[in-house]
Amino acid sequence: MKDYDCNVVVVGAGPAGMAAAISAKKNGAQRVIIVERENRTGGILKQCIHAGFGLQYFGEELTGPEYAERFSNLAKENEIEFLLDTTALEIKDKTLVCVNTRGIINIRFGTLVLAMGCRERTRANLTIPGSRPAGIYTAGTAQKLINVYGHKIGKEVVILGSGDIGMIMARRLSLQGVKVKAVIEIMPYLAGLERNKVQCLDDFNIPLMLSHTIVDITGIDRVEKVTVAPVDENRKPIMEKAETIDCDTLLLSVGLIPENELTRTADVALSGITKGATVNQYKQTDKPYIFACGNVLHVNDLVDHVSHESEDAGKFAALYAAGKLDKGAEIPVEAGEGVRYVCPQKMVCADGNVDLYFRTLVPGRNTTLTVSDDTGVLLSKKLIRTTPGTIEKLTLSGEKAKNASGRLVVSAEHKGA
Amino acid sequence: MIKTDVLIIGAGAVGCALARELSKYDIKVTVCDKNDDVGGDASKSNSGLFSTSATMPVGTLECRLRTVAHSMIMKICEDLEVPVIECGSIAPVLYPEQIESAKGLIERAFLNGVYDYELLPAKDILDMEPTLNPEILGGIYSPRDRQTNQFIFVSAMAENAAENGVEFLLDCKVTGMDVSDGKIHRVHTENGDIEAGWVINAAGLYCDEIAKMADECDFKVNPRKGEFFVFSNDTPVKVSHIISSVPSPKTRGVLVIPTVDGNMLIGPTADDVEDKTDRKTTSEGLESIKTQALNMVPGLHFEDTITQFVGVRPARTPEGYDIRFSEKVKGYIGISGVRSTGLTASVAIAFYIVHGMKEAGVTLERKEGWKRTRKGIVSFADKTAEEKDTLIAADPLYGKIICRCEQVTESEILQAIHRPVGARTLDAVKRRVRAGMGRCQGGFCSPLVIEILARELGIPETEVRKRGEKAFMLDK
Repeated sequence: MKDYDCNVVVVGAGPAGMAAAISAKKNGAQRVIIVERENRTGGILKQCIHAGFGLQYFGEELTGPEYAERFSNLAKENEIEFLLDTTALEIKDKTLVCVNTRGIINIRFGTLVLAMGCRERTRANLTIPGSRPAGIYTAGTAQKLINVYGHKIGKEVVILGSGDIGMIMARRLSLQGVKVKAVIEIMPYLAGLERNKVQCLDDFNIPLMLSHTIVDITGIDRVEKVTVAPVDENRKPIMEKAETIDCDTLLLSVGLIPENELTRTADVALSGITKGATVNQYKQTDKPYIFACGNVLHVNDLVDHVSHESEDAGKFAALYAAGKLDKGAEIPVEAGEGVRYVCPQKMVCADGNVDLYFRTLVPGRNTTLTVSDDTGVLLSKKLIRTTPGTIEKLTLSGEKAKNASGRLVVSAEHKGA
Repeated sequence: MIKTDVLIIGAGAVGCALARELSKYDIKVTVCDKNDDVGGDASKSNSGLFSTSATMPVGTLECRLRTVAHSMIMKICEDLEVPVIECGSIAPVLYPEQIESAKGLIERAFLNGVYDYELLPAKDILDMEPTLNPEILGGIYSPRDRQTNQFIFVSAMAENAAENGVEFLLDCKVTGMDVSDGKIHRVHTENGDIEAGWVINAAGLYCDEIAKMADECDFKVNPRKGEFFVFSNDTPVKVSHIISSVPSPKTRGVLVIPTVDGNMLIGPTADDVEDKTDRKTTSEGLESIKTQALNMVPGLHFEDTITQFVGVRPARTPEGYDIRFSEKVKGYIGISGVRSTGLTASVAIAFYIVHGMKEAGVTLERKEGWKRTRKGIVSFADKTAEEKDTLIAADPLYGKIICRCEQVTESEILQAIHRPVGARTLDAVKRRVRAGMGRCQGGFCSPLVIEILARELGIPETEVRKRGEKAFMLDK
C-alpha cells in the first residue's frame, strides 16, 4: 500500500476534473492530485472528434480532443499531479482509496472534488422489449469504438433518442459510409440542441421521427430489424400503426446518468432529479469537505458550462481546504413552475455572484425566466425560445444573494408554444 | 473423426454433472454442444434455485432425484467453490382462498419428505421479511431453499470434468446419426463425425430433436418461455428470502429472488411458445411480472432494473422426467422432461445414470488421481484492501479494473478466458466474472473486453462475438 497526502484530490481527468484542479491550484492549494482510471487525460472529450466545443469558453471552435488538450497543458503548467491508470474505489472519511497495478493507494485529502462524469442510460432502463442480439450499442460506446478504436459497428443503423450524442453519431456514421435509417424520439420535440439537428440530421437527409418509439427488437445473433410505432399523447405506443425497419445495429441515445457510485460510499446526499449531489453555489455537498462538478453533478449540454462550474468547485475546494470558506446560513433553491431542476439546490447568503443553472420542462417561445425569494422577484430575463435540451443560466448578484430570504425559486413562463 | 467411450450431447447442467461424474472413471468422455459456451440454454437462463422437493408431484422420479440432489448439493458446491446462499423462501398468502391450497402444499411437502415447511401467521412472516405487503394473511416458510449462480455452478462442473480429462467440443452442433441394427454407428456434427460406445442425450430443450435422430422419440418438447428482470445491487428495497407465489400447477408463479451476487431476480412468466429460439421479452410479460411482484413486495424499485432476459424451459409432453436406457438402440441413453427442477436434480441424475450403466454391465474402473475440487476465480471486488494489495502483489493485473460497475479486473478476465472450457465471447466473460453485468451493461467495458478477447484468442477484433454463431460485435 502507498499513501499520499494532498490539499485537494480530484476524481476524474475529464474537462471538469482538470478545470477544478487548475482552479484549486490557482486559488492556493499547494498539492493537487487528479486520479484518473484511463491512461490519458481528457475523459469523454477524447472520443468527441467533432467541432463545436469552446465557443463560449475560448471564443473559438475546437474539437473535443483540442479542448481537452488545452486543459491538459494548463494542468501541466500548474504542476497538477496525475495518477493515471488508477481507479478510485471508495471514500473513507478524508481518505480516497484507489487501486492501480502497483497496489492499493490511500490518498489523504483536505477536500475532494467529484468529477467522474456520467454514464449512458441503457435499453434495460427503458424496458424496450424484444430479443437481445449483438448490435445494440449506446451512442457513446459506439462513438468510442469508432473514433478511438477505429472500428465499424454495422451497416444499417437506427438511432433511438434525439439526444446530442445520438445526432452527432448519426452524422459520424453517415461520414463512415453507414446508412442511418432514422432517428426516433418518443417526445414531440428534440431532446438535444437544435444546431445538432440541422448539422447532423438535416444536412444528411436523415429522417427524424418525433412522437415514435421502438416496441420490438428482432434478431437472434445480430439485430435484424426493429419495430417502430407512433405514440399517443400519454407516450403509449399505437401498435396498429407499427412498422418495421430492417437494420443490423440499434444505437441508443436516451439520456445520461451521473456516475455517483463513489459518491455513495461517502454517504453524500443526492438529488432524485439530477441524480447528482445536492450542492450550494460553491459546489459543496452536504459533506463539507466534498465538492462536485461537471456531469457527475448534473448532465450539461456544453462543456464550456462544465469548465466554468468546475472552476468554481476547484476554487472553493481550495478555500475550504485552507480553512478560508466561511459558511453562512443556507437557503433552499427550488425549481418552480416550468423548470425541471436548478443546480445548485442550496445557496449560502453571502457575497459573490451566484450562477443558477437550470433546465426548463417543455419547449416554448417568448419565455420569461425569473428568480424570486420570499419577498418577490429578484431577477428576470426574457428569451425568444427555450428548450429542455438547453441549460439556462441566470446570475444573481452578490448583493441580492446576500440579502435573499426564505427560499429561492426559479420559474419559466412561456407566452407561446 | 473422434472416437470416444461416452458422448454426451449437451453441456447444460445435466450434461456437465454427468461429465464430472463420469470423469471419475478410466474411460474417454466427450461432451459436444451447439453453443459457444457450456451452460446450455435452459440451465443458464433461470432463477438459480436449489429448492426442496416440497412442491413436486408426489412419488415421481423427478421428486426422488430432486430430494437426493438437495442433500448432496452443498458438498458439491463446496468442493467446486460455487457460491450458494441458504436464504429460505416465503410464499405469502394474500387472499383467503389461498389458505386451503397453502395447507394442501404443506401436506404434499410432508409426503415428499420435506417436514420443515410451515404455514406461519402474518406477524411472524413480516418480522422475518419486512419488505412484504403488510396486508398478507400469513405465509408458508421453507427454511432450506437455496440460491446459486447457476452459470458458475454448471461451468464449475465442466471445468472440473475437463481437468479430469473430459473433452468439450463447443460450437459443435449434432446434425444427424447413422443408426442401424439397433446401434448408433456414427454421430455427425458440424465439426466432423464421432464414434461412441454410449451416446447420452442431455440436450435439454433440443432433446426431442436428438432423440429423433436416434430413432427413440415418443415425446415432444414444449418450449416454455420465462421472462425475468434483474435489479441493480444497490436498489434500496431488497428481499432477504426467496419470495414466491402460492404455486399453481403450471408454474410456481412470479418470484422475487435475492441472489448470491447481490442482485435481485424477479420473474419468471410462463408462456408456451412454438419457437425454441424465442428469446424476446414482451411488454405484456414484463408488465405482468411487475404487477405480481409489487403485489407481494410493494416497495420494489423497477427503475433500478439493469437488464431483462428470457429463459426457455424444456417442458415435455407427456410430463415428467424420463431417463431411458434404450432397448431398441443399444448404448443410447435418453434424458427428457428435465424442466427447471433439473438445475438441482442434475447432480442426482448423473449418479443415477452412472449406476444404470454399471447395472447394464459396463466396467467402470475408478481413475487414479481424480481431482474432486476446483478453485473459483478470486473476485477482486469481494476482498478487503489488504487482501486486494496481496492479490496485486502476486498479479499486477488484479490492479487493473476493466469493468468499473462490478470492479472486475483484467486478471479475472484473463483467468476466465484461459481456464479449461474458457470464455470465448463477451457474454461468456460476463457469466464467469461479471464484467458487463452492472449498471452500465457493458457500455464502458465492452470495447476493452473486445480488445482483450481478440488479443488472447489470437483473432481479429471483428471476429469477437457477443454469443452465438454470427453474433459479431463489430462490422468487418
